[in-house]
Amino acid sequence: MATETHAAEDTGLVFHPLDQFIVKPLFGEGPIHWYTPTNVTLWMAIAVLCIVALFVLGSRGRAIVPSRIQSVGELMYGFVYKMVEDVTGKDGVKYFPYIMTLFLFILFANFLGLIPMSFTTTSHIAVTAVLGFGVFICVTVLGFVLNGPAFLGLFWMKDAPLVLRPVIAIIELISYFVRPVSHSIRLAGNVMAGHAVIKVFAGFAAIAAISPVSILAITAIYGLEVLVAGIQAYVFTILTCVYLKDALHPAH
Amino acid sequence: MELVAAAALGKFIGAGLAAIGSGAAAIGVGHVAGNYLAGALRNPSAAASQTATLFIGLAFAEALGIFSFLVALLLMFAV
Repeated sequence: MATETHAAEDTGLVFHPLDQFIVKPLFGEGPIHWYTPTNVTLWMAIAVLCIVALFVLGSRGRAIVPSRIQSVGELMYGFVYKMVEDVTGKDGVKYFPYIMTLFLFILFANFLGLIPMSFTTTSHIAVTAVLGFGVFICVTVLGFVLNGPAFLGLFWMKDAPLVLRPVIAIIELISYFVRPVSHSIRLAGNVMAGHAVIKVFAGFAAIAAISPVSILAITAIYGLEVLVAGIQAYVFTILTCVYLKDALHPAH
Repeated sequence: MELVAAAALGKFIGAGLAAIGSGAAAIGVGHVAGNYLAGALRNPSAAASQTATLFIGLAFAEALGIFSFLVALLLMFAV
């Protein structure tokens, strides 16, 4: 501990770049239980409210010529629908509501996290792990329910030479169980890294000689983060589609 | 006391070594994007249908860089 505080003093940062990810209770100071309202729950609720507002307001008019908010809702719906249909095929469309929910929640959580002084819920591995392992469990259960033991054919490559098949099966098995870990860490890591970089440059802005450069860098990285927020939501969703495709059609 | 100092030193050296992984991931991401562009310029009509594959490839290449970043963070703040 002593070395850490010492290191923080040496670098001259007045705040720690990872301080922004501390979970605090909204009311009072007390210990955090599972039911304590914290800044994480607050920003998750805001994300859900924004999504509900977008789609309730957007679908209220049901105009032939869509209003602005309706066309945003239609664009998102059509985008995710086409993605599910393209990747998983016609029989994957049944699971479209789940994938749409995941996409919208991650997209809104990422974008709301980009508002200064807000809290990025998706930067916590605890949050993304729930999403990632949820997908993993759903897909595995679905695979066994739909295909029975034939789902294990996912690991037994029919077109590989017989000698290599057990080796490939072990590798495939390992890669299958690493999926939820990489799926969740990819999202949390990307978002956390970006926000930490912005904070590091914000620390440099306090030094007069390099503050113009650092403010320019913050602006540029902020633009990159807007891009990353969208791309990571897209990547999370499309990987969910790929995993779902494996469950629906285990034979390659 | 010297043991604590050596441990702290090793922590920082390890975090620095883990940062090499970020550079390696950058090479991987560059390969994916570059090869996609090369293919897309040869056959532009097939490019649009392959953007999903592009992003999946980018995500896989990038995830490993994120892992090394995570190792660096763990060394700096958790160990």
